[in-house]
Amino acid sequence: MAQITLIEAVTQALAYEMAHDDSVVVLGEDVGVNGGVFRATQGLQEKFGELRVLDTPLDETTIAGVTVGLAVAGMKPVAEAQFEGFIYPMMEQIACHAARMRNRTRGRLTVPAVWRAPWGGGIRAPEHHSEANEHLFTNIPGLRVVMPSSPARAYGLLLAAIRDPDPVMFFEPKRIYRQYKEEVPDDGEALPLDVCFVLRDGTDVTLVSWGAQVKEALEAADELASQGISAEVIDVATLTPLDFDTIAESVQKTGRCVIVHEAPKTAGFGAEIAARLAEECMYDLLAPVERVTGFDTHIPLFRLEMKYLPSVERVVDAAKRTMAAS
Amino acid sequence: MTIAAKFEIEYLQYLDAEGKQVRDDLPEFAKDLGHMVELYKLMLSTRVFDAKSIALQRTGKLGTYASCLGHEAAHVGIGSAMKPEDVYAPSYREYGAQLYRGVQPREVYMYWGGDERGNDYQKEPARHDFAWSVPIATQCLHAAGTALAFKIRGEKRVAVCTIGDGGSSKGDFYGAINIAGAQNLPLVAVIVNNQWAISVPRKIQSGAPTLAQKGIAAGLFCIQVDGNDIIAVRKAMEDALERARSGKGGSVIEAVTYRLGDHTTADDARRYRGEQEVKDGWEKEPMKRLRNWLVAKGVWDDAKEEAWKAECDDWMDNEVNAYLETKTQPVTAMFDYIFAEVPADLAKQRDYVLSLENKAN
Repeated sequence: MAQITLIEAVTQALAYEMAHDDSVVVLGEDVGVNGGVFRATQGLQEKFGELRVLDTPLDETTIAGVTVGLAVAGMKPVAEAQFEGFIYPMMEQIACHAARMRNRTRGRLTVPAVWRAPWGGGIRAPEHHSEANEHLFTNIPGLRVVMPSSPARAYGLLLAAIRDPDPVMFFEPKRIYRQYKEEVPDDGEALPLDVCFVLRDGTDVTLVSWGAQVKEALEAADELASQGISAEVIDVATLTPLDFDTIAESVQKTGRCVIVHEAPKTAGFGAEIAARLAEECMYDLLAPVERVTGFDTHIPLFRLEMKYLPSVERVVDAAKRTMAAS
Repeated sequence: MTIAAKFEIEYLQYLDAEGKQVRDDLPEFAKDLGHMVELYKLMLSTRVFDAKSIALQRTGKLGTYASCLGHEAAHVGIGSAMKPEDVYAPSYREYGAQLYRGVQPREVYMYWGGDERGNDYQKEPARHDFAWSVPIATQCLHAAGTALAFKIRGEKRVAVCTIGDGGSSKGDFYGAINIAGAQNLPLVAVIVNNQWAISVPRKIQSGAPTLAQKGIAAGLFCIQVDGNDIIAVRKAMEDALERARSGKGGSVIEAVTYRLGDHTTADDARRYRGEQEVKDGWEKEPMKRLRNWLVAKGVWDDAKEEAWKAECDDWMDNEVNAYLETKTQPVTAMFDYIFAEVPADLAKQRDYVLSLENKAN
């Protein structure tokens, strides 16, 4: 069985679902002949034709609105926003229509659509190509916000997202698109949405993360282990609807929590998890909840961007502070 | 001089403001006087419905309501030309088109009366149409996406959207006609130009002499029609639908009409437009000319008018009663349609609200 990268897992999932469901279509800028600027849709147009792998006019609003129309009309569109930083013109269609179509028609019309977007920084990209803004979507009711952190989870979660009867934002951490390969059987097996994945068991501190930052969380756990601290690592995977129970169970066990995310700190999704821990797990906590995040600045242009992104060192330091607190 | 491209925009009118036929080549549907009477009757019932809605709002039984007064020819012309299998994406005042496609007055009342069930149209073909779109022009892209679905599946169906003169300023409108041209989609976009976007007049929306010509830039067929002349609207729609259905491409139709009422019941148009303009608008309104024409043809008279108005009154009273008798949804309804299934985390909030409700009872 072939070993594949995260981006290849995205392609594999798209190809699998398009081959098994005629209603699945892919649309976006450069998704056709070019196979996407990151090659996520490589080879799909050759296999499935120009209509099912559609190069759209260069207008994000058009992509988003046409996606809503396709979905209501019975298709399962997978739209690509070329970069997370270009997703803003899509937000009206996503928030005002995709996310509320089912509710405002009492279930008569629905939007089984996926919006994919290469997400986050760390690849020395130009301005507007490195944003992490998942928190702008997690506050929109009716939307699923999903972020894979490995090739296997990219494959399984994307299949689940396409099959889901409601709109899904699928943010792909491009920093780890080609970070490593693993075996991902092309068996069409979806992973469950709405659940967090416990990637590593531990007893002293819970590291909660998603997307590319799961890499730093896991590396921090290795480092902490070498210092005799046992860290549990949770990949949130589906940010909303949130599986808080998995996080709560872990924190009830460890008594300590460090939330790691790339987006700015204030009102980032980590704030929601920290608030929930304060509401529901206060008496289990042995130390204040820590957040290791991007700063409340724009992500700098690439000479400084690694100073912005949470590092393994910052995660380890935060975890050790929680250990020192009790 | 070398000319790269040239275009002209046809203006279409069959009946002038007094109902005098200004051209002899009546389209086939207009030669069927029985059918024309039916169209007139629906225009009249739309007007009765509209008056009833405003009365409901004024007596506190409806929230804010957007009147369609003066748009009856445009809206009924659009709705009556479409086939049941086509899909309609309206903005929020096209009742004449929607009633034709099976939206029930009680559903309109429910929506403006604060109940989402008003968007759950029960009757076909409205049941597969889009619900009202409040964010301006966003529905144009839904129609384009639906048209793309028809093209992908090889279905001979057409998606129709309507926007106002103001709506034609928005990127969503341009995006929709642009992709329709690029992909040869079966899309018909009708700009119902009623001269006003709340308080902003047509001339502030665009420097283009016609709004129809915006479609030229997208590679679509374009025409401007007298939007108060239902024969012109219907004819332009039939031609556009036929072109789209047979794979010959999309169209932009500008139906020139006039908003005789306020923007909504929350608006007071006296703040920004003069009496004379509104008087002129009434001179050109759509009912009179069609009535005069039908009377001259000997197929309509005052007695029929009164009898049909009375029938409409009964119909609307019945619809109003059905609306007023509708019980408010259970409080849990706000949670039940967010996703196909209520997620566990959301179910906790639902349970909490239910507990508050049970405590109150």
